[in-house]
Amino acid sequence: MTRARVLIRPKEGILDPQGQTVERALPALGFSGVSHVHVGRLVELDVEDPSQVDAMCEKLLANPLIEDYEVTLLDGR
Amino acid sequence: MKFGVVRFPGSCDEVDALRACERFGDAELLWHHDRDLHQVDAVIVPGGFSYGDYLRAGAIARFSPVMESVAEFAQGGGPVLGICNGFQVLCEAGLLPGALLPNKTLRFVFRQVELAVENPDTPFTRACARGDRLSIPAKHTTGRYYAPDEMLDELEANGQVVLRYAPGQNFNGALRDIAGVTNEAANVMGLMPHPEHAVDPLTGSTDGGRIFESLATAAVAA
Repeated sequence: MTRARVLIRPKEGILDPQGQTVERALPALGFSGVSHVHVGRLVELDVEDPSQVDAMCEKLLANPLIEDYEVTLLDGR
Repeated sequence: MKFGVVRFPGSCDEVDALRACERFGDAELLWHHDRDLHQVDAVIVPGGFSYGDYLRAGAIARFSPVMESVAEFAQGGGPVLGICNGFQVLCEAGLLPGALLPNKTLRFVFRQVELAVENPDTPFTRACARGDRLSIPAKHTTGRYYAPDEMLDELEANGQVVLRYAPGQNFNGALRDIAGVTNEAANVMGLMPHPEHAVDPLTGSTDGGRIFESLATAAVAA
């Protein structure tokens, strides 16, 4: 089995109210100098055939119209 | 004229949709595991939280057995109406262009909205005239219509933007105030507000009935 980690984030240019809310909350807690905050999603999965992960992303894990995804394959286990 | 209303686990507006359809024809529920559409003339994909809306709203429901038949029905020209979660399902299934994103406020909003009819030449709006205002309730967290700019231009040019939030009514941040769109062939429509909740004078507006009435008259004409 291979561990795959899929990082899904809103496509650039699409209004990301979650990111904006976090960006506004940080200065209120005393953290300054933070910008371009975006909130995405992480999917981790063990797969027998890592070559299928891209197709899984296209079909289900991400919506390619609104989200970009990035697949990282980790150590086999 | 027979309507079929899909019921997924997690649907919650299918009974209101069924009652709305029954005002204009026969209607029955279609179970999500059943591939048989029971010879209906129009399919309604109702609102709710199909399969818990896990991952993304509508993402899992689109793979249900009934949706395979609904896709075939739509490809054959059959009229399919998606309401709220049903709109999300149809977008995820690729039967409608675009996607629905979380409201710009990230809040669940429930309010009566005014919609402007932009295109009355569809099976869903033929009982309306261009510019008519429909007062219909909306209730959702994920209703911000999105499509890339060039796709939006194309939709507008083709008359696929059928319903728009009237000025000042776009609470969810939908691009170009879009409340309802059709596919290119205009036999599949999705909208975020709920026409099935606006069919009885007891609850205020009956404007939603005109969507179902349109479908019923379209079926007779076809």
